[in-house]
Amino acid sequence: MIYLAWLIPVVPFVSFLCLLWMRKAARSLASWFAVAASAITFGLTLAVFFASFQQGTFTQEWSWLTIGSIDITFGVLLNPLNSLMLLLVSFISFLIHVYSMGYMKGDSRISVYYGYLGLFTSAMLGLVLSPNLLQFYMFWELVGLGSFLLIGFYFYKNSAKQAAKKAFIMTRIGDVGLLIGLILLFWQTNSLRFTDIYTSITAGQVEAGMVTLIAILIFIGAIGKSGQFPLHTWLPDAMEGPTPVSALIHAATMVAAGVYLVAVMYPLYMASAIALTVVACVGAFTAIYAATIGLVQNDIKQVLAYSTISQLGYMMLAMGVLGYTAGVFHLFTHAFFKALLFLAAGSVIHALHTQNIKEMGGLNKKLKVTSFSFLVGALAISGFPLLSGFFSKEEILAAVWADGQYVLFFVALGAAFLTSLYMFRLYFLVFRGEPKKSLDHIQEAPIGMKATMVVLAIFALGIGYVNTPWFGTFLGDWLTEGASFLTGGHHSSPVWIMLAATIVSLGGIALAYYIYEGKKVDQGNWKQSFSGTYRMLSRNYYIDEFYELTFVKGTRGLGMAFHYIEMYVVSGMMDMIQGFFFSIGKTGSKTQNGQTQTYGAVAFLGLVLFMAFYIWKGGY
Amino acid sequence: MPMQPYLIVALILFCIGLFGALTKRNTIIVLICIELMLNAVNLNLIAFSKYGANANISGQVFSLFTITVAAAEVAVGMAILIALYRNKRNVNIDKMNTLKD
Repeated sequence: MIYLAWLIPVVPFVSFLCLLWMRKAARSLASWFAVAASAITFGLTLAVFFASFQQGTFTQEWSWLTIGSIDITFGVLLNPLNSLMLLLVSFISFLIHVYSMGYMKGDSRISVYYGYLGLFTSAMLGLVLSPNLLQFYMFWELVGLGSFLLIGFYFYKNSAKQAAKKAFIMTRIGDVGLLIGLILLFWQTNSLRFTDIYTSITAGQVEAGMVTLIAILIFIGAIGKSGQFPLHTWLPDAMEGPTPVSALIHAATMVAAGVYLVAVMYPLYMASAIALTVVACVGAFTAIYAATIGLVQNDIKQVLAYSTISQLGYMMLAMGVLGYTAGVFHLFTHAFFKALLFLAAGSVIHALHTQNIKEMGGLNKKLKVTSFSFLVGALAISGFPLLSGFFSKEEILAAVWADGQYVLFFVALGAAFLTSLYMFRLYFLVFRGEPKKSLDHIQEAPIGMKATMVVLAIFALGIGYVNTPWFGTFLGDWLTEGASFLTGGHHSSPVWIMLAATIVSLGGIALAYYIYEGKKVDQGNWKQSFSGTYRMLSRNYYIDEFYELTFVKGTRGLGMAFHYIEMYVVSGMMDMIQGFFFSIGKTGSKTQNGQTQTYGAVAFLGLVLFMAFYIWKGGY
Repeated sequence: MPMQPYLIVALILFCIGLFGALTKRNTIIVLICIELMLNAVNLNLIAFSKYGANANISGQVFSLFTITVAAAEVAVGMAILIALYRNKRNVNIDKMNTLKD
């Protein structure tokens, strides 16, 4: 069964081709076809997962290119990390396919939608199966393409077009870093295969400065893809895409690819303390920074987008403090509860046709399943005790503490507090309180959407138990089992960290209740007294404006300057040269007047000249 | 040197011929002038074959060839000229410039 692993990305790709090929004819059947394809993919993945669980690491490679003595291969690699990601991606993708049947019902381009979804799924599965960095990079770009196509799915909206372009360009900035890192790595180790890279890094064949440089360059790629601090602005804009797409790509899978990249290249980071510190600091800063913005957004998807950025920062922080298991574990749990939150938000949008939370309220009476699912997701992400987020967050906090990064620890704790605050602000504003509009004609989502939300809610509730300090750290043990480079997968966590995490989480929920449900604070008054801060937060710290003023204007100015140089200097020179030869030609052609006698005279004059020269020099 | 008068006559003849060939409008005159230049050359050849530093008969043989070729050339030239005249009703050389562009 495990030999069929290469089929996993092929199935959704075939579905993509079929759907695009017959996009008109297949409109009514497109969703069933795509769901069937993703179900087959999921079934295959499940079979391969269990096979790899029993067999351990499995590699299958075909030679693709031979450059000199270096063989570049194409193939599949299955180790604990890969198969975990594989299972996660195909499972969430399957659920999203099912959910989209309800959400996208009646859309005239539904087969194109499912086709793109298939392309993305295929690319993402290919990415996690890659045994070498080149294949990884190719699929990395392909998921970027899938994301671009799906963000711009409503291309007739200008904002969606702009968002798709922005996402593509911003991630491309990161990808340049990744590409340079990849080339440097190839130069240094003569191989792009992960196992070869691990051996030469752990054997110390690459000098320390170079390791740091490569690690940071690769991390820049991860920053772009995972929406970390300087390159995060595309992710909130990416919410222009359909909500199931946001759940799949911009919450659960693609944006986590950056964290996955750091996890895959972990030996590189282990070898460089500076790179680890950079990863941890960027992650921690992003976590708290995005959380503060999430506090004041009024668009339900924007809040979730900033929450995603913040949680990805959390994962990066874990990676940066040697919490490999913690980071991957949080990636795993986050995928479930964030997908759940997005799907619940999608259900709200589906019912109300608005994304503004100021127009919502009191929905828990009408949308019972959605409300319940959202509550579970919000509790899980806030780290409410015994839910999945609780265990992964606690693991991260323990890892930060164990690494001795006390400042980062308090930053992470603050971010956790803000997370539960903004999540429950959202919950109370959307589902509790008085309805802002009449809710009479509002209906709960169709059964397919409800079912996926319930399934995800069950996972968000229980998935944390694969790795708990009480019942055993199965996931951590399994992840670190074959990876000899990982020292100390699990950190013995002091009880007080768990207590602190609980208190912080409950504190955030309580404060949100106090402000938004209890209405003990006059919000208008509060906004006015802190109007500067409020405006700064709601405009995302003016980062977009800053980029507009510096990079966009700067690039455009540079472009204009080059345009004028091109117009006046370069093409002026070209015109001059061209004009010179043109005038020579003109003059020359005037002598070609057809008068035989003139030709004869000129020929004779030439002879006379030659002879005069001959006489004057007395020879040649 | 007894050769000099021959050469001077030939030179004068050649220059008259060249001047006529380059300046006269009537193509017949131009053809006649070309004959003049050829005969100047013939004169030179014969002078050198008689008084040259390496006098021998081949100069005279050459001039006989030249006379023959000149006769043939005049025949062909006149034929072309008559054909042109039938088309254009004109024998002026400066009007025969249709190949210029």
